[in-house]
Amino acid sequence: MTDMSTLAPGGERSSTPGRPRRPRGRTKASGLPVWSIPYVLLIPGLLVIGALLLYPMVQVGIMAFQKVGLAQISGRRPTEWVGLENFTRIFDSEIFWSALRNTVVFAVVAVTLTLVVGTAVGVLLNNLGRKMSTFLVVGIMFAWAVPPVAQGIIWKWLFDAEAGVINWALNLLPDWLSSLLFGRADWTGEPWLNDAWSIYMVLALTVVWASFPFIAVSVLAGLKGIPSELYEAAKVDGASAWRTFRKITFPLLKPVFAVLTVLSIIWDFKVFSQLYVLMGGPANREAFNLSVYSYAEAFRSPPRMGSGAAIALVLTVILLIVTAVYVRQLVRQEDL
Amino acid sequence: MTPLARKRLGKVVLNATALLVFAFAIFPVYWMVSTAFKANDQIFTTEFIPFPTHFTFEHVERVLTEGVAGNSIWVYLRNSAIVALGTVLIGAVFSLLAATAVARFRFKGRNTFLILLLVVQMIPAEALLIPLFLSVKRLGLYDQLLGLIVVNVGLTLPFGIWMLRTFVAAVPKTLEEAAWIDGASRFTTFWKVLFPLVAPGLVATSIFSFITAWNELIFALVLMSESSGYTMPVAIQYFFGQKGTDWGAIMASSTMMTIPVVVFFLLVQRRMVSGLVAGAVKG
Repeated sequence: MTDMSTLAPGGERSSTPGRPRRPRGRTKASGLPVWSIPYVLLIPGLLVIGALLLYPMVQVGIMAFQKVGLAQISGRRPTEWVGLENFTRIFDSEIFWSALRNTVVFAVVAVTLTLVVGTAVGVLLNNLGRKMSTFLVVGIMFAWAVPPVAQGIIWKWLFDAEAGVINWALNLLPDWLSSLLFGRADWTGEPWLNDAWSIYMVLALTVVWASFPFIAVSVLAGLKGIPSELYEAAKVDGASAWRTFRKITFPLLKPVFAVLTVLSIIWDFKVFSQLYVLMGGPANREAFNLSVYSYAEAFRSPPRMGSGAAIALVLTVILLIVTAVYVRQLVRQEDL
Repeated sequence: MTPLARKRLGKVVLNATALLVFAFAIFPVYWMVSTAFKANDQIFTTEFIPFPTHFTFEHVERVLTEGVAGNSIWVYLRNSAIVALGTVLIGAVFSLLAATAVARFRFKGRNTFLILLLVVQMIPAEALLIPLFLSVKRLGLYDQLLGLIVVNVGLTLPFGIWMLRTFVAAVPKTLEEAAWIDGASRFTTFWKVLFPLVAPGLVATSIFSFITAWNELIFALVLMSESSGYTMPVAIQYFFGQKGTDWGAIMASSTMMTIPVVVFFLLVQRRMVSGLVAGAVKG
């Protein structure tokens, strides 16, 4: 739940805000002309958004073309324009390309898995009896509520080389099966969090575990809104479960899926806390994603904040392109 | 197979699947809590020990007294609480004002503001790390919890306004108009009529901000250098020492960090989902 700030719009369109009924210009109590009241109310919010989100974003865009090292941070030397140097440096670095690959591949895999598992559990919830359904919702709520840092810690412990439960469970497999599947029988001491590939496998598991409940509960809420007559009709026509899902459930839940997909992309694209914990700080450069890479470049010693900003800019641009479609659709659809 | 038998079998399969999903969701959390109360010889073993047979508070005690990075875990819990509550207090006032503006008034620039709210929520917070770090430093807020509070207000406000405006809009205007006709001032109308009705929504919104600020890692990592100013997510990293990892202590601390979030979560989850889906389905 790092990012509830990017959670979705709750639309309440039925009650459109009306005009103030009082005649214009009346100034009772507040001493302000009526037309100015909304603007006055917006001042603090606008200041915060401007100063803490928009202005820094502009600064990232500027700093990506500057040298911002120790001398510049301490103010000993003025910032220096370097053109595209930051970008050529990161594009020349192998870490950038592996970080980009890690980011994109991880996002695709994690988003797909989360959506598939979440939807399946949502449909399951819808088909369970009332008691069982409540029981399961409360259960998955726990996974959802765990703070991202604690998520990382828990899965790091489960995958611990010596005393981890996962290695114990893998050892339970009959030797022939284990050898057949993985080419080995003894799992004691298997270090899962040493190389990039297995770090990302554990990360995917962690992220799916923590985010499928949100998808499931959202899908469940969406399913509750579908009139049951449609399903009865499908049943009368003898449609299979899969066909019913494809022809009725999916099309009707499409808007829900659109929102869930974009939210999942936003969350999984910039995953930081869980990865940071699983790899034990920014130590393993091959396992960086763009967020961690940007952080590591900017706060290494000596700091290279210009390069860090360039990486952050790349991350933001990719994310904005992916989500622009969604925002446009939302703006067009929604009677704000 | 008769249709009845088939139906019964289907039900058994469904319930069995539900139990499996339940186990998958809950086991890691259970494992954290149970490890926190196991003695070390039951933690560091290749055996599987489902429950702590020698239930112990030694890890809880240790993190409270010895702690980590030179301070008791209390210090970090307190810092986290200060940051999260500070964020909530400032955020609640600001978001209530802005939400009232967009939900109760039609004015020029209203739509632009709403679109702005949507767009800024797409900006990854991680990207703002560098400029915000430099600004906080320049303003002399480096190593101060206030700096962290300010940043967290920025991260949580757009969503806070966005969510709260639906709660304000849901309060019937006629109530305010009635108060108004009775001669109440704008402020009285707001304070005595609108505010009590919006309060549950404000609580829900505040809980979201609280959780976001409580969980935040990356800014806390770069804005605080003195260990006495660490928040929980940062402090807990220091358990992963060079010489062996004290899993008992880590799990005890993680449990303490998780409890408030779980409690809050169970309180508000319903609102969150209904808000999301209502927004999506009607479109």
